Amino acid sequence: MTVEDRIVSDLVKHRVELVTTVPCKQLAGVIDKVETHPDIYHIPSNKEDEGMGICAGAFMGGKRAAIVMQNTAIGVTINTLVTLTQFYRLPLPMIISYRGELREPVACQVEMAVHTKALLAQINVPTYHFHQASDVEEFDAILEYTFMCNKPVAILTDASFWGGY
Amino acid sequence: MIRSEIIRNLVPVFADHFVVCNIGLPSQELHMLGDKPSNFYMLGTMGLSSSIGLGVALAQQQKVISIDGDGSVLTNLGTLPTIANNVAHNFILLIIDNGSYGSTGDQPTYAGKKTSLAAVAQACGCDNVIECQAEDAPAVLQQALDSDKMTIIVCKCESGNIKVPVITKDPVVIRERFMTELRARNTAAVA
Repeated sequence: MTVEDRIVSDLVKHRVELVTTVPCKQLAGVIDKVETHPDIYHIPSNKEDEGMGICAGAFMGGKRAAIVMQNTAIGVTINTLVTLTQFYRLPLPMIISYRGELREPVACQVEMAVHTKALLAQINVPTYHFHQASDVEEFDAILEYTFMCNKPVAILTDASFWGGY
Repeated sequence: MIRSEIIRNLVPVFADHFVVCNIGLPSQELHMLGDKPSNFYMLGTMGLSSSIGLGVALAQQQKVISIDGDGSVLTNLGTLPTIANNVAHNFILLIIDNGSYGSTGDQPTYAGKKTSLAAVAQACGCDNVIECQAEDAPAVLQQALDSDKMTIIVCKCESGNIKVPVITKDPVVIRERFMTELRARNTAAVA
């Protein structure tokens, strides 16, 4: 099973029925699988804070939701994470491509990578870093944890995890 | 007519429908004029009322009205293509367009100048877009509810505010009573 298949099958196992995505090259495979899975409603967002709003609404409407996005989005979603997702205590698994790590070819991505974990730590978001393909084994438990504690939880997935850029 | 008068006139039309209300004065006015468990008040996060409302509508069967403002829609303009392309016929977006950022001191928005939000919504692919004047808001909203079609209403009105108390309810209380009411209504609909 590919890491993409494992991520999507774990989402379905945990009854995540709506997934919003903002694309990243590293996430293209998982976005394709989300789009075609019959048990998931895929709703592409134009910006990540919009996606977090949709996820908040879906959860209040009775459906578990998740967001797939790039780490650059942390720079534009801090307010939403703090004043919506955390303030109202909403669970939100965030599957994040961790651009700017080892095997990154684009220098500008490193500029955000160096702030990513610090920003997540500053706003008390539980954060996991998937570096090897086998790290995906923890995804199941991370989803269980997210819906147990009603918090946004970040899963940073770097180029090595995806098998290279 | 200013926004608070529109909200006052709309409270009977909201009836027992679910309402997601924009941050700041709109939420404070709705809270003062017609607080109910079926209202979700945004205490932060400018711009996301339409996104939250769409999410609620897509997830279940009850009708959902998002109250938004022209300034907030301009903040999250990407919401209109998303709404257009993910049709939920139980969703109504009501944009109260007073051409200003009311909660922050009535600074003018571009919607009060050359930009038409109704035209933007149409260009984004929204099928049922109605622009109306403040006085017609109750009839237009009732019609949209009766049509069972996703509708975007742009209600033009004057800029201006009344004094309203801030909402001191805990966010988790607001969220929980909204969810409990929604669950109960959906369960009753199935039974």
